Amino acid sequence: MSVPKEHMMPMLDASMKKPSSRIRMIDGIYALILLAGASYAYVNYSAAMGSYGSGTLWGAALGLAFLGWLWPATRVLVAVVAVFSLLTLYQYGLYTPGGDAVGRIKLHDIQEGHFFLTYFLSSPAATMWMVTLFALAMPTYFFGLWRRSEFTLKVGSGLVWSGIAMGFIGFFARWRESYLINFDYGHIPVSNLYEVFVVFSVFTSILYLYYERRYKTRALGGFVMTVVTAALGFLMWYQFAQAANAIEPLVPALKSWWMKIHVPANFIGYGSFAISAMVGVAYLLKEKMGGDGVNDRLPSLTVMDDIMYKSIALGFAFFTIATILGAMWAAEAWGGYWSWDPKETWALIVWLNYAAWLHLRLSKGWRGTAMAWWAVGGLVVTTFAFLGVNMFLSGLHSYGKL
Amino acid sequence: MSDPTNISGQPIPAADSSSAAPVRPIHQVGLTKRLLLWLTSMNLAVTLLVFLAIASVIGTVLKQNESFSSYLDVFGPFWFAVFKNLSLFDVYSATWFVAILLFLVASTSSCVARNAPSFLRDMRSFRLNAQEKSLRGFAHQAEMRTDLTPEALMPRIQAVLSSAGFNSRIKQQSHETLISGRKGSINRIGYVLTHLGIIVILLGGLLDSKMQLKLMDTLGMVKVETANIPVSEVPATSKIPVGGLQAFRGTVNIPEHKWGDVVFIGLKDGYVVQELPFKVFVNKFSIEHYDTGMPKSYMSNVTLTNKKTGAEMTQTIEVNHPIHYMGYNIFQSSFGDGGTKLKMEAWQLNGKAGVAQPIDSAVFDKKNFDFNDQKYRIEFTDFRMYNINPVVGADGLVHQQNYGPSITFKLRNAAGEAIEYQNYFSPITFKDHSYFLSGVKRSIGDQQQFLYIPADQHGSIKTFMAFLATLSDPVKMQAIAAQLIGDAGNATGKEAATSAQLTQAASTSIAQLVGVFVSQGFPAMQARIGSALADRKLSPEATKQAEQASISVVRSVLERAFLDTLTQLGDKQEFTDKDAKFFDDAMDAISALPVYGSPILIQPKSFEQIQSTGLEISRAPGAIWVTIGSIMLVVGIFMGFYIHYRRQWILVKPEGGGARLLVAGSDVRKNIDFDRDFAVFCTELMSATESKPVNGERPT
Ligand code: HEM
Repeated sequence: MSVPKEHMMPMLDASMKKPSSRIRMIDGIYALILLAGASYAYVNYSAAMGSYGSGTLWGAALGLAFLGWLWPATRVLVAVVAVFSLLTLYQYGLYTPGGDAVGRIKLHDIQEGHFFLTYFLSSPAATMWMVTLFALAMPTYFFGLWRRSEFTLKVGSGLVWSGIAMGFIGFFARWRESYLINFDYGHIPVSNLYEVFVVFSVFTSILYLYYERRYKTRALGGFVMTVVTAALGFLMWYQFAQAANAIEPLVPALKSWWMKIHVPANFIGYGSFAISAMVGVAYLLKEKMGGDGVNDRLPSLTVMDDIMYKSIALGFAFFTIATILGAMWAAEAWGGYWSWDPKETWALIVWLNYAAWLHLRLSKGWRGTAMAWWAVGGLVVTTFAFLGVNMFLSGLHSYGKL
Repeated sequence: MSDPTNISGQPIPAADSSSAAPVRPIHQVGLTKRLLLWLTSMNLAVTLLVFLAIASVIGTVLKQNESFSSYLDVFGPFWFAVFKNLSLFDVYSATWFVAILLFLVASTSSCVARNAPSFLRDMRSFRLNAQEKSLRGFAHQAEMRTDLTPEALMPRIQAVLSSAGFNSRIKQQSHETLISGRKGSINRIGYVLTHLGIIVILLGGLLDSKMQLKLMDTLGMVKVETANIPVSEVPATSKIPVGGLQAFRGTVNIPEHKWGDVVFIGLKDGYVVQELPFKVFVNKFSIEHYDTGMPKSYMSNVTLTNKKTGAEMTQTIEVNHPIHYMGYNIFQSSFGDGGTKLKMEAWQLNGKAGVAQPIDSAVFDKKNFDFNDQKYRIEFTDFRMYNINPVVGADGLVHQQNYGPSITFKLRNAAGEAIEYQNYFSPITFKDHSYFLSGVKRSIGDQQQFLYIPADQHGSIKTFMAFLATLSDPVKMQAIAAQLIGDAGNATGKEAATSAQLTQAASTSIAQLVGVFVSQGFPAMQARIGSALADRKLSPEATKQAEQASISVVRSVLERAFLDTLTQLGDKQEFTDKDAKFFDDAMDAISALPVYGSPILIQPKSFEQIQSTGLEISRAPGAIWVTIGSIMLVVGIFMGFYIHYRRQWILVKPEGGGARLLVAGSDVRKNIDFDRDFAVFCTELMSATESKPVNGERPT
């Protein structure tokens, strides 16, 4: 599809400046604060972290500095999450001298006995806030879209930002709580289906916000938050019907540094694929309703097509990394980098599916309806790889059993 | 780009086409060339990717590498044969599946071979041969006019290009000047790295696959062994010497304090044995547990000996922490019993009950023994240190309770009939009372059922066995019955002489009833009473009463026998509530004996645990290639997606005192970012060159 002229015209404005790629003062200050925080952690805790842990620490500091330069709003998010997470640590620290483990029941008592922990900062509370905020974001976005209310749409974005902040606060709280229950249980909360659903919701939302800013449109928020809300519906069922939110110790196979990077990389992939599918849905809807000339609530078809491509490309890149990391981990834990275990195989299927999609687009120049349908179908395949395998197939990856 | 048709409908400028080679009509092309064209076609590539994805599903739906007999059970002989011929039970090493992978390698290689040279040439070129006509065919173009002279313009245009990150070249022609800018051309290296990465990964993976072994099997160089026999008995034809396989993944179980120097590689419905250049001696296998009883880590402490040099090395292997030795990788993969030594007692449960005979054996041993003139064969299959089970506690809540160590064994009678038992070493306490548990499984699919034998106050089975012995001794029982009847007679003051005979008869029949109870259970005893009463032709009511009376007499005799047993053991002065409960439990246990299935009870006494560790040992010379290929793939993908390969051309034609500028741009990805960037570029160019859009129109 050639670039329609009417789409290009308004962009060519004499006042238009090249997006700044300069490093500003604030970027430097932010980076210094991050490095100071990392140095503090390193000086005090490097003995407990080991070389991988220290590497991750510095990597995280530099990565966040880069992200802040690329996308300034993340600085606010990082600051909010940092402040409240430290407050959580402080609150728990008041009741657990020396940070000692106190056991499940005592931890529960501590949480009950403190207002902030009960209603806000403990991982169950923060996660419920996240669920509520995300679930409210979807109807808000749709309402704003329907009423053409920029203000309502902005409220939608605000809800998503707040949900992400609560998600991260809950995430870090849970990480700490696992150590407070029993030092042996301590682990980053990306180890079971409950925990990764939280990761999925947060990652999908934050990736969505990136596109929202990049393409200057909030019109797709309702669509993307539909997937997130559906995931959270599952999370709530899983929590209440199966008490899946209990913090359990790790099985030996999961006690590995690889888990910490393999799982998040996977969820950048899953989140991106989910976004591309939902933009695909919006694309198909718009087309059904008459296309660009008729319906102007949604972004132009070209823009949606572009978002689909961008997010599949990003997802594919990270899914590739995740699969490779998974293979390296498998080589260490199971003795072979590829065992054709159902989870692995389905990861490959997802990957091949998007590889085919990318080839048709990059090389044959396919765009439009067929690719939108394919992106939607891709989510079905991805969902099966993510959930279906755990539900219906058994294999080495059986820690995520339903 | 392998396919020059472009559905976007925009004209394809010759200067922008990376597959510039003119394509001849297909019928003029030779066969090899046609084959190559097909092999490098995008249609084939996409078809292969999708086909591979679909083929991969099979192995996730159909459980792989189970035993042939279980497939036969599920699918029946016809479909079993069909599936087996299609290799669906081991899809991922099926010839057709490997063929698809090789096809993909071939297709991708030829694709790279075809595209890479022109891509690399393209990267270096500034495309200064672009003509005005072709520039006007671009989707992104603009035209503008300025009063500055072409000479004055050149440095300004170059400055704009370089500040936007473009390298540029100038070509002076008779009437016009073409400036061509280029950036991000290493995007094309991304393409090459991506696809070479895939090829390297696939070839590395193939190197580590079972391909060589399958070939050796097909050529008859090695024979699959299917019997479950010790390594020493495996024929040489099923053994592969050190270095015989480039790559393999095999497993071996080694008990503590034993060594191994081979691994078993599963193949078809059996295995082959791969010899190793070193010995693995297992010093210790250990499991750490969380407080929930869940395992926290598995580890083996091993000593490795290089067979050639004799050099030794001691190391610990843990899950997620394999060791690397002499080019081999050694992983902790499973564990089991390594022949734990067992001391047991066999107790006779009927006939000469209460007699114990010691048995010494070990897990995996099979032992024949005679007990009370009966022949038995016992086969020990497992020892378990922990048996964590959910139990409803005194508080009504479900708790996890550790039943402690147990042994599992099959007991065969002289006719060869086997029953599987799982017996626990120590008594297990439920709600304050302790029992020895013996789990029974009559056939494989059966639910395990338990016999609960009450433990005495010393935590021993002896009281129960002594009681059982008393009950099984007809002479003793008769004496007890006689004594009881005598006591009752005294109380009523009947004449001793007449009652002696009656007492004799009654006590004989009571002793018989007890005998029936012990050997055949309570219902059988009831039936016996019933049939005895039937002879007397009483009314149904009277029958019922008489029956009840008999049962209660038997019960008092049993109680008396119990008291006598306690007294004999020297344990008891008085009868407590605990004893009453013991008596009731003993009655339940004795009633259950007839369905227990065996006339003897094997009670484990002590053990000396010997575990075995399951190690996986592999040689994977392809792994390094897979790693290299993976790095190429990731780097290539990021370069391909995120480095924008762009060109800008500015054709400057003198016009009047000033000049006319024709601006055109291209981006290989044709994403909408380029719309914006092109517009920004034109805006900057206009301000730098003090030019205006031609015809007062905004350039597009
Ligand atoms: C397992 C097989 C393959 C995989 C995983 C794969 C992967 C990829 C990826 C990730 C890209 C986009 C990223 C980049 O340009 O760096 C790409 C692009 C491309 N691939 Fe493949 N590829 C495979 C096989 C093939 C084959 C067999 C062909 C030949 C027909 C081919 C031709 C192309 C072409 C022409 C492009 C577009 C290059 C461009 O426009 O920049 N690929 N491939």
